[in-house]
Amino acid sequence: MYRYDKYDQAIVDARVDEFRDQARRRLAGELTEDQFKPLRLKNGLYLQLHAYMLRVAIPYGTFNGRQMRKLAHIARTYDRGYGHFTTRQNIQYNWIKLEEAADILAELATVEMHAIQTSGESIRNISSDQYAGAAAEELADPRPWAELIRQATTFHPEFSYLPRKFKIALTASPTDRAAIRLHDIGLRLVRNEAGEDGFEVYVGGGMGRTPFVAPLIRPFLPADQLFSYVEAVLRVWNRYGRRDNIHKARIKILVHDLGAEEFTRQVEAEWQEILPLAEDFPHAELARIATFFPAPPYETGLSDEIDLSDPDFALWVGQNVHAHKAPGYAIANISLKPLHGIPGDVSAEQMDLIADLAERLSFDEIRATHAQNLVLPHVRKADLYQLWRALDEAGLATANLDLVSDIIACPGLDYCSLANARSIPVAQKIAERFADLDRQRGLGELKIKISGCINACGHHHAGHIGILGVDRKGEENYQLLLGGSGAEDASLARIIGPGFSEDGVVDAVEKAIDTYTSLRSEGERFLDTYRRVGVEPFKAAIYG
Amino acid sequence: MVDNLRFRDDDPADEPAVTLDAFLDQANAASVRIEPGDDVRRLIPVLDRVRLVEVDFPRFRDGRGYSSARILREAGYKGELKAVGDVLVDQILFMRRCGFDSFAPDAPIDEEVLARALERYRHVYQPAEDGLKPVWALRHG
Repeated sequence: MYRYDKYDQAIVDARVDEFRDQARRRLAGELTEDQFKPLRLKNGLYLQLHAYMLRVAIPYGTFNGRQMRKLAHIARTYDRGYGHFTTRQNIQYNWIKLEEAADILAELATVEMHAIQTSGESIRNISSDQYAGAAAEELADPRPWAELIRQATTFHPEFSYLPRKFKIALTASPTDRAAIRLHDIGLRLVRNEAGEDGFEVYVGGGMGRTPFVAPLIRPFLPADQLFSYVEAVLRVWNRYGRRDNIHKARIKILVHDLGAEEFTRQVEAEWQEILPLAEDFPHAELARIATFFPAPPYETGLSDEIDLSDPDFALWVGQNVHAHKAPGYAIANISLKPLHGIPGDVSAEQMDLIADLAERLSFDEIRATHAQNLVLPHVRKADLYQLWRALDEAGLATANLDLVSDIIACPGLDYCSLANARSIPVAQKIAERFADLDRQRGLGELKIKISGCINACGHHHAGHIGILGVDRKGEENYQLLLGGSGAEDASLARIIGPGFSEDGVVDAVEKAIDTYTSLRSEGERFLDTYRRVGVEPFKAAIYG
Repeated sequence: MVDNLRFRDDDPADEPAVTLDAFLDQANAASVRIEPGDDVRRLIPVLDRVRLVEVDFPRFRDGRGYSSARILREAGYKGELKAVGDVLVDQILFMRRCGFDSFAPDAPIDEEVLARALERYRHVYQPAEDGLKPVWALRHG
């Protein structure tokens, strides 16, 4: 994985010094809270219901054992012994003191980590495919590009006071595990008939209160012109995006208001202005970064046989282990969705264990996923059993990847100052309702996503089943949505009718699922059946 | 504490800045004030008679002026480029990078804090209007 050189380290160290100075001035009263807020947000520090929350970047979701141990140390030393993996492959801590925030950043800098631009109206941490470098179907490892984009978007002087936040996602695979069409910019690395690399460029996707699936605005952007083109997109939005209403400020609104065609025309015109001046990155830099992402030194001649005589292990392999491109290896998913757990939460002890396992069994690589799980991307099949046993002892071997209990949920009203309703208890109740893993497997892939307010951090628009918590006359109320997808078949879920109480929405989810099982054809997922038969049978069953 | 900062050696323009529309109507005006919603590219045909461009920041969180500044510098404007209004010490580094070379903040600025802010980052990741080489260029000579 990428390692900082003296320049990267100097920049991150300078940021720690700068934030320390800003926090000192805030605590001394030299900065008002209004002035300090955008500064702390650009460093991932939110003021939440009970305390400050610090969001730490995990660029494109890739990190190693040493970094995970530092995250565990921070959880123990500065928080309450746990951390929470987010839907953008980051980790956040919920019980931070402002006085200690700069010390935490200094600790992170010692392991080449930071919290730069993890919130605020800035270009956020880039997200990517958690199977990068391991999946058979990818065109190339997307991470050298992701690292280039990380650097190009860090402290961009023109685009640091944008109308709103800006999120970029990148994949190099036809299978979209990064939800690229639900980002402000989605990029897919492709190769044309001449054998040249380029990007499909999607702009204006997003969730929140006004969700859109991003239109394709350029089917092939020559790869070495990526930055000038992205700069043109950002400049058009920075100049013409709405700033009068925070809810209309995202680039998706500009794309929608202008129409994709007119927006594209403006971007192309801006690009023509920039191009004569553009210093796109030198190819030597992409080559330099790519040297940090070599294929691991796989052993050859390994068997693909896995001894599945332990039935619990066999179930875990069947559900949580994904095919790897190298013979004898596998991709192991670590579910952070145990029964009764909080989606995405990990204790410091579990983090230490995962760090050890990554170092011993996965070439020291860990990935965070947008579904709030973790991945050990390069495990010898022969080592899967010992991996599973170690995970199982630590409560990390729930065999539910992509099943009904593998639920994405935002922190909700338990933590978040924006929330209208709790998310975590709803996720837990649904998981309890379907606790029987045999029943879950029988239902197949089923993605439930829960947000505690319309900001949609829990991706409810992209759920096969989405749940949106709202406030109705002072009571928590939950709306049910069906038919969304964040994958390559991206679509937006639609609200099917009046909302429910907390227990009522769990019943409604079960009725929706029962409707699916009564109507499905051979091999159909919930989403496939819904798309085939439409919403009516579901409404009839739920509202009868 | 200072409320006027200038990083240029030439004499300041002494006439008051007029709006972009007024500037384009008056062949003898030399100072213009750009508001966040103005299309600064309208100035490009008449850049040779511009001595001072003031870019107004009514609210420091409104970042349109950063693009206005870069567009002018990209078009070859060499005259004074002044950020005025709600300009705070923590924004001046990026403003300098975008080509601003003078500042008239509404509230005075602590020079010591500013000096530290301007010296703190020795390296940058992007080429901009301050002539600094991005780290990519440094890495590959």
